[in-house]
Amino acid sequence: MSVHVAADRDLCVGAGNCVLTAPDVFDQDEEGLVAVLDTDPAAAADRVAQAVDLCPAGAITATGGKTP
Amino acid sequence: MLTEDLPLFPFRSPGDNPFTPVTGTDLRHLDGPVTRVRLPTGGWTWLVTRHADVKQLLRSDAFSADMSSPNFPLLRPAPNGPRNRSGGFIRMDGDEHLRLRRMLTAEFMIKNIRRIEPLITDAVGSSLDALAAAGPPADLVEHFALPVPSLVICHLLGVPYADHAFFQQRSAILLDQSADPLKLRDAIGELRGYLADLIEARRQQPAEDLIGRLVTERVATGELDAEELIGMSLLLLIAGHETTANMIGLSTLLLLQHPEHLAALRDDEDLADGMVEELLRYLTIVRTGLPRLARRDVDVGGHTVRAGEPVTALLSLANRDDDVFAGGDDFDPYRQAQQHLAFGFGVHQCIGQPLARAELRIALVRLVRRFPGLALAADPAKLPQRDTSIVFGLAELPVTW
Repeated sequence: MSVHVAADRDLCVGAGNCVLTAPDVFDQDEEGLVAVLDTDPAAAADRVAQAVDLCPAGAITATGGKTP
Repeated sequence: MLTEDLPLFPFRSPGDNPFTPVTGTDLRHLDGPVTRVRLPTGGWTWLVTRHADVKQLLRSDAFSADMSSPNFPLLRPAPNGPRNRSGGFIRMDGDEHLRLRRMLTAEFMIKNIRRIEPLITDAVGSSLDALAAAGPPADLVEHFALPVPSLVICHLLGVPYADHAFFQQRSAILLDQSADPLKLRDAIGELRGYLADLIEARRQQPAEDLIGRLVTERVATGELDAEELIGMSLLLLIAGHETTANMIGLSTLLLLQHPEHLAALRDDEDLADGMVEELLRYLTIVRTGLPRLARRDVDVGGHTVRAGEPVTALLSLANRDDDVFAGGDDFDPYRQAQQHLAFGFGVHQCIGQPLARAELRIALVRLVRRFPGLALAADPAKLPQRDTSIVFGLAELPVTW
């Protein structure tokens, strides 16, 4: 089951853990802050959950799908 | 219990194993997940040691990182007035912290670090040549572990590497909790003066390095003042070489004591990323933990920390927590260690972590390939440890090949 991914640039501190964990879902924009590449990734629920967990600033949310 | 009856932190019981973050003698003081300990400055702090609790407290805005607050858990008396805090954003909260940190987020993002990997490879290559020329035997710390990250951060910032002895000696004093307060004040003053001169030179002669760009793009526009840029540059210079240098030295010693893992890394570079994460977890070089002050009452690990009370997040024990890392006291490069807290957690999590990861991966892989017969040239129990430094490590690592 797919998840819906959202990221809050205002909270982001540019640590980049999300890009390391799920590079197909997250990127960093020209300021180094989080950019969501795929808001409804079909097959990345586990990695998205891990990115949510590893985000030091709590800037990423994932709704639906499996709970982490 | 009276403060003077509490166990003294940082723990100092003698240990001959540099991979043990807290020895048995001191572990017995920790009778729960949140323990009160005494500090060398006469105050006390709550010591938080479980992985989940450390994560919670470092991510919560209920805790301040501003060391100028009364009761902040300092390991030594503050040498400066508040003015010199300027630019040192790891000691700031909220918008003040974010404003300065965000001037650097693009510089250290993963894409940019990938672009500078050839520069890291060159720094590793020239340091390996220098190590080869110095021995065998030779001190790996002096000829490899310290030069690699120093060359890289100098190049990125635009600090002349020829001045490395000057800033390495002074930054070691800055990190040494046992340093004489006057020596500490002098070291800070000399480093700030040195960086002020460098910034002034960039103002007169623009350059494309990080300090040069900040002068042109942020100081000239009024977004950043010169004092803030000095503080920011000082933070990057020190954090940029001391941390990775100690990780390279300790990692090498660990791999030499685990020849099977050393051989695996030499034969399969794909193992390097996972091994680096496990090295970061297992070695956790910021062993004195991260200090914070509660702004309001918060529950941590079933214990209420009151507003105004000091707290210290002990990363090294959180990274050995068996609830998250089964057999946490064992080094296992095949485990998934990505949840480690070696870079801290929360809004202050290390901004240079992509750089540190790339430096460690490239340095360790190239080292074990260049010197397949690398061996320790000293008794591992007698290696001099930097045990009074905020960043733990080996002062020397004699090797042969």
